[in-house]
Amino acid sequence: MPLNTEPNIAAADDFYEALVELHRDLTPEQSRLVNAKLILLLANHIGDLAVLREAMATARAGITPAGSDAILQAKA
Amino acid sequence: MSGGTRAAAEVDYQGLVLDYVRSPDQDAARPARHPVIVAGAGPVGLAAAIDLAQQGVPVVLLDDDDRLSTGSRAICFAKRTLEVFDRLGCGQRMVDKGVTWNRGKVFFRDAPVYAFDLLPESGHRRPAFINLQQYYVEGYLLDRARALPNLEIRWKNRVTALTQSADGVELGIETPEGEYRLRCDWLVAADGARSPIRGLLGQQSQGRSFRDRFLIADVRMEADFPAERWFWFDPPFHPNQSVLLHQQPDGVWRIDFQLGWDADPVAERQPDRVIPRVQALLGRETRFDLEWVSVYTFACLRMERFRHGRVLFAGDSAHGVSPFGARGANSGVQDAENLAWKLRLVVQGKAPEALLDSYDAERVFAADENILNSTRATDFITPKNEASRAFRDATLELAKECGFARRLVNSGRLSTPSTYRGSPLNTPDRDDFVGVMVPGAPAADAPVLIGGRDDWFLAQAGGDFTGVLFLGAEGMAEETAAALSALARGAVPVRPLLVLEPAPAGAAAREAGGIPALEDASGLLAARYDARPGTFYLLRPDQHVCARWRRFEPDLVRAALARATANA
Repeated sequence: MPLNTEPNIAAADDFYEALVELHRDLTPEQSRLVNAKLILLLANHIGDLAVLREAMATARAGITPAGSDAILQAKA
Repeated sequence: MSGGTRAAAEVDYQGLVLDYVRSPDQDAARPARHPVIVAGAGPVGLAAAIDLAQQGVPVVLLDDDDRLSTGSRAICFAKRTLEVFDRLGCGQRMVDKGVTWNRGKVFFRDAPVYAFDLLPESGHRRPAFINLQQYYVEGYLLDRARALPNLEIRWKNRVTALTQSADGVELGIETPEGEYRLRCDWLVAADGARSPIRGLLGQQSQGRSFRDRFLIADVRMEADFPAERWFWFDPPFHPNQSVLLHQQPDGVWRIDFQLGWDADPVAERQPDRVIPRVQALLGRETRFDLEWVSVYTFACLRMERFRHGRVLFAGDSAHGVSPFGARGANSGVQDAENLAWKLRLVVQGKAPEALLDSYDAERVFAADENILNSTRATDFITPKNEASRAFRDATLELAKECGFARRLVNSGRLSTPSTYRGSPLNTPDRDDFVGVMVPGAPAADAPVLIGGRDDWFLAQAGGDFTGVLFLGAEGMAEETAAALSALARGAVPVRPLLVLEPAPAGAAAREAGGIPALEDASGLLAARYDARPGTFYLLRPDQHVCARWRRFEPDLVRAALARATANA
């Protein structure tokens, strides 16, 4: 089953309001933790790795990396 | 739990000085030639040399030092490695001395979040792991090596030059008494992570390193922690970092503190820095002595190929992993065992050189599996950006309540042997089987009876190819016995082994043919191999499955044997 990007939430505005409300009065760090938990919970509920990968690709599409990870090339 | 006591007469392997002895080769007019030289007398080089020597190949083992491992270093030795040590004749000694463990626990802040059992079923000779200081492992291997007349060890022999031609390798060796030259047909480079031989060949090991530092503090103390692997994320006694606690023999405990990238590796090694960290974990009243301290970083990397003509790389010279998962020394010993039987057949002229390419294929595959697992664990333990740190903390917080999150917690996926699924040596299944004993899989152990006495299946297999035939109550036809005996007399012999059903059903088969037989008294062997009467497994000398059928057909076995030795 491919990723559904058509409207699927009956009360869309209610959902969006709840999503914003979820982060009320949180610091950016707290919000990051809540978002991370939310993603993990939803990902487990979906379960299908192909769908999850498609969602991840869609989320990242069009973003040019401007950061860098703490990883170095190693040679020995 | 075993171990923990020190026998009065035990050798101090860490303090042992191994004497340089002048070899007649150093006075030879022309460089002496040996079939196989192994460079590096660590666990991997010793295992390779012992395996080759006990299979009848004379070996010269060179080491640039005159001591065994300084400090505990690798301490976790996995079930499969212990099975290799069993075949090498020193497994029981390792297990008797080591601390046996199967369980791990993960804590987040001050609460346990997850426990795992690495060997949840019984009926295996060896546990999931033992902990044993590397100097004991090397010492016991050394004692075994010294008992083999065709294995010569030369200490303080450093390889400083190497030239290779189509038919051999010539080495320049530096000793305390000057230089000499040696030739060999094959060189096994088990000379460690900084492998001078890799450098002499102009080769590199490449991958990635992680911006983090860790402190190993091995302490000697009386403590009543259980023999389990305990791993803390962000504990109150070492905030924002991880800590690992693990028991070793002789009342020594491995404590591994994550320090972060900004830690000063020299200052952090000093007792005035180390002792307060240990006290924070153990409490100020606990008395302990520092046994060994080391600050390290690590990288996940490997050489592109492990075979370069007549030079074969094994262990850390070929690949490196982070320590989480105990995949360094364990995979190195498994390299050695994969290589030894292949090299033996090539040296004896029973297989073409091409068989050694399967060493490269199978162990590169295994290295990638180890690097993947070790990288994933490191990504969890050492988050590489803010988002991955948030996901890690989220996972740990959810793990208290949610089963799915416990499955995501990764404090190290501990070493398990690779199944060589795509190996060119496998004969693909033609018949239907279920379970994990697919071609390429390491053979599972099971308890058996031999002559009415308790024994283990794996103790009967390996060294040579083994042909395992499961028999039913009707026993075995005479022509089957004759065909098995013929296979046993082949150029590459297949040692036959009959598996009888539990008595009395198997009683009829007990007469058959004078071929070695064991009784599957518990039925576990047949269950683990999905075997029925008539099922035949062909096991390689390294105890991996290479073919299996529902019926024993000698021609199919011969074809599979040819394939498994690159003679097809």
